Amino acid sequence: MKVLLVDDSKTMRNIQKGILTKLGYDQLEEACDGLDALSKVAEFNPELLLVDWNMPNMDGLTFVKKYRSQGGTSPVIMVTTEAEKSRVVEAIKAGVNNYVVKPFTPDILSQRIKETLDRCAAA
Amino acid sequence: MDPAYITPFVGSISNVFETMLQLPVNVGSPTLKSSPTPGYDVSGIIGMTGDVEGTVVLSFPTSTAERAVTLFTGMELAADHEDFADAIGELVNMVSGGAKAQFTGKDVGISTPTVIVGSEHNVYGRKAMTTIEIPCTCDIGEFNVEVSLLLPTAAPSTN
Repeated sequence: MKVLLVDDSKTMRNIQKGILTKLGYDQLEEACDGLDALSKVAEFNPELLLVDWNMPNMDGLTFVKKYRSQGGTSPVIMVTTEAEKSRVVEAIKAGVNNYVVKPFTPDILSQRIKETLDRCAAA
Repeated sequence: MDPAYITPFVGSISNVFETMLQLPVNVGSPTLKSSPTPGYDVSGIIGMTGDVEGTVVLSFPTSTAERAVTLFTGMELAADHEDFADAIGELVNMVSGGAKAQFTGKDVGISTPTVIVGSEHNVYGRKAMTTIEIPCTCDIGEFNVEVSLLLPTAAPSTN
């Protein structure tokens, strides 16, 4: 499965890569902000996206809105420090399928990935 | 400063270090920082805007910072490694984000982090701000969290 990791922190992308690799995902692409991600989705064609919210140049929420408006249908999990309920609602309205609040354990991220993919497969 | 502004940071520090570094933290009593004193060597800084305005500084001695980054990233990175500052920035990002989520009913934004590496530097905020220093200790050493806020007239409620 092809997974796009969108986060301005290389540390966070590396942590996510480690968890995804243990889950058996080996086709991983990285983007350092929303603009970078937009430039990569057409060619990489991800089947799952993990997206941070607060990033320079283009934030994650704006990216998700643009990705959806351009016809992107793959599941998106927002992985962010933005934990307020109003933010979660805003993200879901923008087209986010699931939500992980930083800090997170490997088990939490793994569980959210599995439940997101299961949910989308059943839809 | 009303404790309602500081309590969220105390909880967030412990949560971030225990979740991402598997490291329990002893959080000391917050004190008012009335005059500049020599700081530590590595500082991660986040700005807060909106209903709560100010800065959050996570400040470490170099040895503590390097051990924290090793636990966080799973790699040994010296303070002059290009990825070291990124890891410190992400730690302060998570501490600030976790605290701001507890300012119930307040619309608060946080900036992307800035990291300073340099021996015994000071971080100065706006003069109008009040700074609270929260001393922390853990198995890898000591560090400080400094919360500087422009105080509004009413304290937030926390959940």
